[in-house]
Amino acid sequence: MIVLFYLAAGIALISTICVILQSNIVHALIYLILSLLAVAIIFFLLGAPFAAVLEAIVYAGAIMVLFLFVIMMLNMGQHSVDQEKSWAGPRVFIVPALMATILLAQFLNVLSDYSFDLVPTEIGVMQVSSLLFGPYVLAVELASILLLAGLVSAYHLAKK
Amino acid sequence: MIRLLKDTFTSQVKTLWQVFMHAFVKADTVEYPETPPYMFPRWRGRIILSRDPDGEERCVACNLCACACPVDCIALQKAETEDGRWYPEFFRINFSRCIMCGFCEEACPTNAIQLTPDFEMAEYVRQDMVWEKEDLLINGTGKYHDYNFYRVAGMAIKGKDKGAAQHEAPPVNVKSLLP
Amino acid sequence: MQFEVGSALSIGSILLTVIVVAAMLIWVERRLLSLWQERLGPNRVGPFGLLQVVADMIKIFTKEDWVPPFADKLSFVLAPTVIMIVILLSFSVVPFAPGVGVIDSNIGVLFVLAMASLGAYSVMLGGLSSDNKYALLGSLRAAAQMVSYEVFMGISILGVVALAGSFNLREIVLAQADGSWFVIPQFIGFVIFLIAGVAESHRLPFDIPEAEQEIVAGYHTEYSGMKFGMFFVGEYLGLVLISSLITVLFFGGWMGPFLPPIVWFAIKASMFIAFFILLRAAIPRPRYDQLMTYGWLVLLPLSLVNLMVTGAIILSTQ
Repeated sequence: MIVLFYLAAGIALISTICVILQSNIVHALIYLILSLLAVAIIFFLLGAPFAAVLEAIVYAGAIMVLFLFVIMMLNMGQHSVDQEKSWAGPRVFIVPALMATILLAQFLNVLSDYSFDLVPTEIGVMQVSSLLFGPYVLAVELASILLLAGLVSAYHLAKK
Repeated sequence: MIRLLKDTFTSQVKTLWQVFMHAFVKADTVEYPETPPYMFPRWRGRIILSRDPDGEERCVACNLCACACPVDCIALQKAETEDGRWYPEFFRINFSRCIMCGFCEEACPTNAIQLTPDFEMAEYVRQDMVWEKEDLLINGTGKYHDYNFYRVAGMAIKGKDKGAAQHEAPPVNVKSLLP
Repeated sequence: MQFEVGSALSIGSILLTVIVVAAMLIWVERRLLSLWQERLGPNRVGPFGLLQVVADMIKIFTKEDWVPPFADKLSFVLAPTVIMIVILLSFSVVPFAPGVGVIDSNIGVLFVLAMASLGAYSVMLGGLSSDNKYALLGSLRAAAQMVSYEVFMGISILGVVALAGSFNLREIVLAQADGSWFVIPQFIGFVIFLIAGVAESHRLPFDIPEAEQEIVAGYHTEYSGMKFGMFFVGEYLGLVLISSLITVLFFGGWMGPFLPPIVWFAIKASMFIAFFILLRAAIPRPRYDQLMTYGWLVLLPLSLVNLMVTGAIILSTQ
């Protein structure tokens, strides 16, 4: 179990780094999908299969497809790869890397006072949904209204 | 919504049912090598050279077929026997060019070149599609059984002088004073 | 060695059967299509033309496997593998018979949906990496079609999930043990799932991503050899998967009298495979915008209403 966790975490890390360093945008997206799937496996190992599958369906399966869809519409050729390469020089990375290091230090600081239960308990679909439609029903309804508004306005714009 | 349901049943489901019922209809396919198709006698297929009823070859090497051929697939060379008959020294048809149009048959004055209802000509080597006279010449009269060119033509050959052909009067001697 | 869920024997035989069946479908489809079109179909190679599949395989294996120099190599090679992997993974949660299956997952239905949504990448990457306008058009169509029809596919089977009270496919089959197949209470859900399944595996009549008459061969225009073969077999695997899922979700899976369970499953699934082939023989392809309008304006409201009514009935009878 722990081996699988470290394997998935390693894949997630490496593929995320590849997302940043890749200058070909399609390859970057493939690595991003890989990273999302690795995170889904981590969710699964932590005992949240529902979250894992939703990660695969919603993020990897729907949102990334739409990203790819948009990329298809743009005319990406060798020139965009070259442009990307000229922009993403090593100097650009200095400030973000510094800020990320500070965040990492804070994160490690917070984590060090925490003790973890290493045996995960499985949270099934039933528990998640009873929470969603119990205490958090208002948030769910608000989110659904927001999505509905987005859907209706997108339809309206497309009609024009 | 109701219209959609109605359309679905009158169109899509009906189509599905009708196509499904085609499963019980006999197939139209003819299984070719096992059941050979009926070939009509005047089908324009493989070209042959025929002989006249006496067993002599009909071709007189007039080159009309080669002229008529739109793809220039016929090649021949005239030669003459000692008794005055004309015949092709070689007669070559390149079947990889031939389009089976039948113009050669129409052009032939002696019914020598004929098209037959045979279409099964396939070779692995392209050179094998070039047929020589030995391959083309058959031992029969083809479609026209009692036609013999030299018997009706005015040409003199050994054993048949001028005027000896069928429906032919002897030649008039223009230098003679007698009627 | 005996059959139980997750045993090596079970996994191996499922993998082998599924791939062999998918390959044999090439022959089955051609024979059935010709039956409905009053032809004979392939009947030369072997008895009834059964070895046609072998001949096709030999041909496809020995063909030149050409990667276009203008293509994006990584995604070009990745695309056909994705569809095979994704669909074979989906088979892992399908319960074929008691004791025959790969895993007994509590999120089986969701897993299938997740894999179906990942299947869209195969088509999209294939079209995008080919750097060919027809392939690109095909994958654009495929992306919109698959993302849209995933939605109705998911919602249409939620009625079954609500009735069975589980996402576990094996428990869904067991919930139909008394002979009350879910197709009766969930007929609308069944029809929507059927249509969405056809669209999801982009079979005819919804083969808009690969419409030969319009865009050559759609997303796999540039593919040849075994890479094309994987797309080809992947499509048939998808057909087998959708048929098995319909059997499991709506027609009581392996349940049936007299015959052994696996035989019942095979009979039911092959009925649906034949039905999909009949669809191909009978129904012409709709236009692209007709497909989208039909999906969003007819199937989506219908599946939502179906889900709401099912939920209301379940709540009122409790």
